Amino acid sequence: MSAETKPLTHNIRPDRPLGLKEFEAAGGFTALRKAIKEMTPQEVQQKVKDANLRGRGGAGFPTGVKWSLIPMGPDAGAKYMVCNADEMEPGTFKDRLLMEGDPHSLIEAMIVSGYAIQATTGYIFLRGEYTVAADRLSMAIVDARNKGFLGKNILGSGWSYDVHVHTGAGRYICGEETALINSLEGRRANPRYKPPFPQISGLWGRPTIVNNVETLYNVPHIVNRGSEWFKGLSKVKDGGTKLYGVSGRVKKPGCWELPFGTTVREILEEHAGGMQDGLKLKAWLPGGASTDFLTDQHLDLAMDFDTIAKAGSRMGTGLLTVVDDKQSMVSVVRNLEEFFSRESCGWCTPCRDGLPWSVRILMALEEGRGKPGDLEMLEQMTKWLGPGKTFCAHAPGAMEPLQSALKYFRSEFEAGIAKSKVAA
Amino acid sequence: MTTKLADLPKAKHFELTAEMARAIEHEVAHYPDSKAASIEALKIVQKHHGYVPDGAYEPVAKLIGMSAAELFGVATFYSLIFKHPVGKHVIKLCDSLSCYLTGYEDVKKAFERKLGIGFGQTTKDNRFTLLPICCLGACDKGPVLMIDDDTHGNVTPDGVDKLLEKYA
Repeated sequence: MSAETKPLTHNIRPDRPLGLKEFEAAGGFTALRKAIKEMTPQEVQQKVKDANLRGRGGAGFPTGVKWSLIPMGPDAGAKYMVCNADEMEPGTFKDRLLMEGDPHSLIEAMIVSGYAIQATTGYIFLRGEYTVAADRLSMAIVDARNKGFLGKNILGSGWSYDVHVHTGAGRYICGEETALINSLEGRRANPRYKPPFPQISGLWGRPTIVNNVETLYNVPHIVNRGSEWFKGLSKVKDGGTKLYGVSGRVKKPGCWELPFGTTVREILEEHAGGMQDGLKLKAWLPGGASTDFLTDQHLDLAMDFDTIAKAGSRMGTGLLTVVDDKQSMVSVVRNLEEFFSRESCGWCTPCRDGLPWSVRILMALEEGRGKPGDLEMLEQMTKWLGPGKTFCAHAPGAMEPLQSALKYFRSEFEAGIAKSKVAA
Repeated sequence: MTTKLADLPKAKHFELTAEMARAIEHEVAHYPDSKAASIEALKIVQKHHGYVPDGAYEPVAKLIGMSAAELFGVATFYSLIFKHPVGKHVIKLCDSLSCYLTGYEDVKKAFERKLGIGFGQTTKDNRFTLLPICCLGACDKGPVLMIDDDTHGNVTPDGVDKLLEKYA
């Protein structure tokens, strides 16, 4: 394994991360020196833009484009670089792996990215449960401060910047970038209205970039090896490698760094070893609870944003959750909607009232006491709670597995409607 | 039936110690606005008391320049800030999809049987509190849970006894 082919994972040591000296010997902090000493902030931005790096948090927005919306210049004032390390999307287990196994790289990435937008402070918004990552990142920040990579006038550039770890206290909604900003300001994590977008008015009303952990890990490597190298790692037009993973009842669940655009079949069969003996694949979520189900008809698709979108779902975080043939789809969807219902922040009515309602219907169907019209009501909800009807993407995300389960497995839902007394 | 104000339980006396205040002020220094330390401040109180007693809101809010009502609003939003006393050890059992698919329900039953409590409850000896939690980001090792700050994966119903023994 080399930095050339596996940039994200080659420095990972899950049990004992590399110390500062080992990290530097493995090429650590070379991108930081190169960016600050040899490149202008705009050149770093341009390089990331040219690399076609798209956000790995789920939405797939081009990172370089996001950065280019930040006001630059000597009068720009306070600006913030925020790392979204609030990994809580069900079925997603990649950011923990990176931060626990290679904490120094995230600090280097936060410095290079902060330099690119000329941020004044960086915050890593880390979920409170990731206690091991919190300790290791805090130690890596101290290492970087001692080296003079954080603080005043970094490497004589005239640019001053520091990074802090901010740990959360639960609630899935904190992963939504404007809710995250409210939480970071010490408020309840209700999402904010957009526009203005955080790039213009974010943390404390200042220009702010929020990037996912995995997205940031790519940045130092793009600076080191260039945009063309980065694009060459991929099988599709989006650049780089991707942490793909599989959970559910497969033989070898896990997470692997593979070329962007690897097929679902390769991920499932070669890396995850296929289904456990006696089980068949029934459905799968491409990247988290808020993505539409796909089926065994979709295994030859490339796992990239555009291909999975064309098939009617979203790549999301890129970590698959596999549902086997022994599971009831009604129960699986009930589990998902219970999650979304509990995690609704309660700010807007469709989400706050609609999600618990969908859970009640799904429980009735699960127990065979559904009523005629229940399926139509669920279908109606996928519209009432869909895109454009709510303040943020929480409820529309919740509707994705529901609408696709109804589409592909309708008979299972129909079977939950109680037979009328006359018919019995 | 009406409840008289005098019948309501009184907020227990709470003293913000110098040690807690120092820890909170250390966090405040990381932000241009002291309110941003609200969650960290609540966690510091919780570290000392196991939960955030009602009497803590006034003095902590004052320290970080917030109203007690706003701070209470923050506390009630976040699931890892406890508003009531919890047991010596808090078990957080993941009930998200990957763990659901790999046997979460049987593990939950094993805990309920062993401890005689359900979600949101504390054992009579105050040793354990059982809570559900969102995906813990270790889905390849489902079912997953946390006890205090430790994450445990591939938990089986039969393994529950042995797991609990480690937490006296």
